[in-house]
Amino acid sequence: MKLANLTILPIAAAVIWLAACSKAPDLNQYGASPQMPTPARGVMPDMVIAKPAAWGSQVPTVPQGYSISAIATDLGIPRQTLVLPNGDILVAEGRGGHAPKLKPKDIIAGKIKAKGNTSVKSGNRLTLLRDADGDGKYELQTVFADNLDAPYGLALVGNNLYVANQGELVRFDYRAGQTKASGAPVKVTDLPSAINHHWTKALAASPDGRFLYVAIGSNSNITERGMDVEVDRARVWQVDAATGAHRAYATGLRNPTALAIQPGTGTLWAVVNERDEIGPNLVPDYLTSVREGGFYGWPYAYWGNHVDTRVMPQDPAKVAAAITPDYALGSHVAALGVAFSVPAMGGQFGEGVFVGEHGSWNRNPPVGYKVVFVPFRDGRPAGDPVDFVSGFRTSDGLTHGRPVGVTVDPRGALIVADDLSNTIWRVTPTRSATTSTVPPAGVPAAGATTGGAIP
Amino acid sequence: MISIVDRTPPKGIQLFHAAALAGALTLFLATLLADYAYWTSHEIQWSNFASWLLVGAMVLVSIAVICEIFALVRGGRSVVYILVLVATWIVGLFDALHHARDAWGIMPTALVLSVVVAVLAGVATWIGFASLRTGGAR
Repeated sequence: MKLANLTILPIAAAVIWLAACSKAPDLNQYGASPQMPTPARGVMPDMVIAKPAAWGSQVPTVPQGYSISAIATDLGIPRQTLVLPNGDILVAEGRGGHAPKLKPKDIIAGKIKAKGNTSVKSGNRLTLLRDADGDGKYELQTVFADNLDAPYGLALVGNNLYVANQGELVRFDYRAGQTKASGAPVKVTDLPSAINHHWTKALAASPDGRFLYVAIGSNSNITERGMDVEVDRARVWQVDAATGAHRAYATGLRNPTALAIQPGTGTLWAVVNERDEIGPNLVPDYLTSVREGGFYGWPYAYWGNHVDTRVMPQDPAKVAAAITPDYALGSHVAALGVAFSVPAMGGQFGEGVFVGEHGSWNRNPPVGYKVVFVPFRDGRPAGDPVDFVSGFRTSDGLTHGRPVGVTVDPRGALIVADDLSNTIWRVTPTRSATTSTVPPAGVPAAGATTGGAIP
Repeated sequence: MISIVDRTPPKGIQLFHAAALAGALTLFLATLLADYAYWTSHEIQWSNFASWLLVGAMVLVSIAVICEIFALVRGGRSVVYILVLVATWIVGLFDALHHARDAWGIMPTALVLSVVVAVLAGVATWIGFASLRTGGAR
């Protein structure tokens, strides 16, 4: 009797563990009306962490008719990239955030999650890559600027190169052909940086270059650090490039990790990472056009008017006001990059957006760990996402890389930053020379990338 | 005056065991108060306090369980005490795991579990201390 009581403990623990390991049901969570299950959380959260492994001679998988190569390695955690008008590529490298661990759970989960990420030192710099002879090999890899504080968002407007550090928006003077910044950057404005639970500051410039859009993530998963620390968080700022003055452009966006301006319309689009810990199929991360003055739900509601009961006190008026996003990418895929394609990308990948998915840490089976293409028609998403770059994570759990920022080179290439293997990948259509539908090189670059290179 | 020396094995818990048990009860009660404060105020810091108080309580109640396992070897233990102590440990573990949820997601279950575990810890302490002997003399 006494011993039976003691032996039951490991059995109970095993039951908990098995319950936590059950596979998530497969739901259709792509597009405008994803299936939304009821919120649920087991005794333990479903954590399936990537097991890092070297690429070796392997490379990611791309569709037939495309080829991929590593154009830079040994970086200091590459996140976002910017293609400059002369074809040079700038890479923002670093790791930010200084959120204190509040609960026992933060310490345990933090240690587990860290196993799935790179352990290299934060670069805190911009690296410039150059392919002078146009052979697809970027033979020059040099530091453009360093001593930055977790730089992430990049945008070029004329001769002004804007960099969004985790705590301030700065500006460099940029002259075509430069390989090193001519001086220290000038501060445009401070950005909200207390705690920085979600530290990334994505950046895009308006088509006329007058305004900069800065995406600021929430300071918690779902208000577990209190509402006081959420002032000026979970929103997109519109910053006046000349004065540094800002206003909230859109709010309620939990963690907007990348911004892009749609070519032609000039509309701002974002990919947003949604909340965790209410089930493997909640809440879908999304791609959406960002409406000026719009409220997208966080923290009170998700995917339109679905109430999140973890927020107290609740706010029914805010729930009612929440806008439903345009396009669900699937729960926990961790979309960290977005870029509009150009016809030069060729074939079915000429009209739409590329989305870099870092991959899940709290879903079984894991999702993401790839770059998908969301086809567009008439300026709106049309159809399910298609895998464009995959093979980052194999079925045995080994993970060679994790995609972050994606940028379209208007000459017809996709640049993908991989912050696990610290590599920059470049995907190009191999058939471009024989495909008659591809326009000549030199199509307008305006706003076609994260941030957007504006001539 | 006649003094009778009891030579049978002690049925009560030992001093270190008793100290761990009393400490656990205190921390479980403090957890309950912190949970109640969060329930009424919606102030998140109370929830953080509750999480850490619960970790302390679980460390001490685990020590008490280990002491009891060693004491089992000597035999003659109170079955009721063992049952209540193990129940305290199990409910405490679930309470601690439940406190790992974010914000109001812990409510109302966290408050209910904290009440249950505080009562169990109180009963365990009562039974344990009722049989406590200091010198083996009566």
